[in-house]
Amino acid sequence: MQTRPLINDLPRLALLSLAALVVLAPYIWMVAVSVKPQDEVFKASLSLIPQKWALIENYGKVLKTIPIWTYIVNGLIVCFGILFFQVLFAVPAAYALAKLNFRGRELVFGFVMLGLLIPYQTTALPLYLGIHQLGLLNSYTALIAPFTCSVFAIFLFRQFFRAIPDDLINAARIDGMGEFSIVWRVIVPNAVPAATAFAIFSVVAHWNDLFWPLIVIQKGDLYTPAMGILAFRSVEAGEDYGALMAAALLVTAPLVLAFLFAQRRFIEGITMTGLKG
Amino acid sequence: MADVALSGSALNQPRLARRMGGDAGIAWLLALPAILAYLAMILLPLLAVLALAFTDYEFGARSFHWIGLANFADMLSDRTFAASIRNTVIYCLFVAPLSIGIALGLAVLIEAGSRGKALYRAVFFLPVVSLTVAMATAWQYLLHPSIGPVNALLRMVGAGTPNWLGSSDWVIVSLGFIGVWENVGFNLVLFLAGLTAIPRELYAASEIDGARSGWSKFWLVTWPMLGPTMLFVIIITMTRSIRVFDTVQTLTQGGPNNASEVLLRTIYQEGFHYFKFGYSAAITLVFLVIVLGLMLIQTRLIDRRVHYG
Repeated sequence: MQTRPLINDLPRLALLSLAALVVLAPYIWMVAVSVKPQDEVFKASLSLIPQKWALIENYGKVLKTIPIWTYIVNGLIVCFGILFFQVLFAVPAAYALAKLNFRGRELVFGFVMLGLLIPYQTTALPLYLGIHQLGLLNSYTALIAPFTCSVFAIFLFRQFFRAIPDDLINAARIDGMGEFSIVWRVIVPNAVPAATAFAIFSVVAHWNDLFWPLIVIQKGDLYTPAMGILAFRSVEAGEDYGALMAAALLVTAPLVLAFLFAQRRFIEGITMTGLKG
Repeated sequence: MADVALSGSALNQPRLARRMGGDAGIAWLLALPAILAYLAMILLPLLAVLALAFTDYEFGARSFHWIGLANFADMLSDRTFAASIRNTVIYCLFVAPLSIGIALGLAVLIEAGSRGKALYRAVFFLPVVSLTVAMATAWQYLLHPSIGPVNALLRMVGAGTPNWLGSSDWVIVSLGFIGVWENVGFNLVLFLAGLTAIPRELYAASEIDGARSGWSKFWLVTWPMLGPTMLFVIIITMTRSIRVFDTVQTLTQGGPNNASEVLLRTIYQEGFHYFKFGYSAAITLVFLVIVLGLMLIQTRLIDRRVHYG
């Protein structure tokens, strides 16, 4: 497409920039307030730059009052734990559905499609009962186990594996590979693009989730980042917006930074897989 | 481990031939972990929730009774549930048209030129990857009645300064606005994909037909060609916004006076706060039926999408 002269492009850029400013407003204020002392926050001025910097006080208060690194590490353990099992379970199943003929395949695939229709919040009550029965409330298991079977991952990988040529798989069989080693040595290396897209979708979804952690976790040392912010707000910093914004910024930063480094992949991953919502 | 034994026997040629057609045993073995996890985490809990909805089970109780449709009858006279349904519908009807309209406008603007495409796309998408609870907290500050910048701006221009999240008249609008903010980027990317799929020749052809202005080209070419994407985006936005929970739980807890009570929060509250599992399961079924209804429309639409190519 030919580039228009800048002067003709200005109205378009102005409109887009105005909208961008509205979208960015909470981020801009989050950063600004996180370095402002409390008395300046309460003056309600529209100035973004503090007269007196309170960076150390605000971030120091967060680090002193809540174990924010523990929350972030918990978030990482949960997200990558979930992702690990999702891929471990979905890849072989998707391979069987895509490339092996067996009686009952249509039935299994039918159940996968059924699973796609069920929002995970639907099954929360019985899962809570089961986890309670097993004495596993307040554990990483409670946070991870319910999400280990991702029908969406199975569906996505199946679509992807169908495009892998049969000749490649048959050649591996003639070389004497068993189906298990075909999965891990032939299929998995070819599944990296689909797996990356799915990984981004899964990590974003579970890093941001509040509903399920709120149900199964009461103990502070197992809080996820989202729960940590809620707890910090209710006990320590109801109106101390400086410290609150500092905490919010610290837990938002990891994913936002990852997004800025790999935005094309993020956008592809979330919208391709986001059809699940 | 297991694959050593299997690859040993795979050297056997007749067996190889059979496996080209498929060896049911191995296929089931490969699918087994997923099947077990599916049964334990999805299918059995789903059946259990179906059953629970027809009981008076309360968490911790030693026994329960089958009470037929009594839970559903209770909903009809439950004012919290009525508020919850009403607010969820208002929220969806607020978020869907606005986030779709704004996203479409921005997508057309982004596509109309070549400067800054990737930058604007990234900026608008940022809320999709941001931790909702943290961003809701930032919005709480922005919308704070006395110290928030939004009201400071309104004071400067001499307009009224509502208590955005604290008054029952404004709370669902404020939450809806945050919902629009969250969803625009997602819809925008879907529209951008739809826009790039429109053949350039159609615009050239429309010019021959007399569509000179961008406005008439939009209604003559872009709008009809985006039809399938549009229907799809509507359903996706609805299924996303009907699940609103994080912002409500963070900012208002359903208040003031149930003015922002929404479906998922009612399920959470009845189940995990009052421990009325039977009743909560019944509300869960209502939620599920609504989501399935939307999905049904979506699959119908996908069938139609094929015709459009």
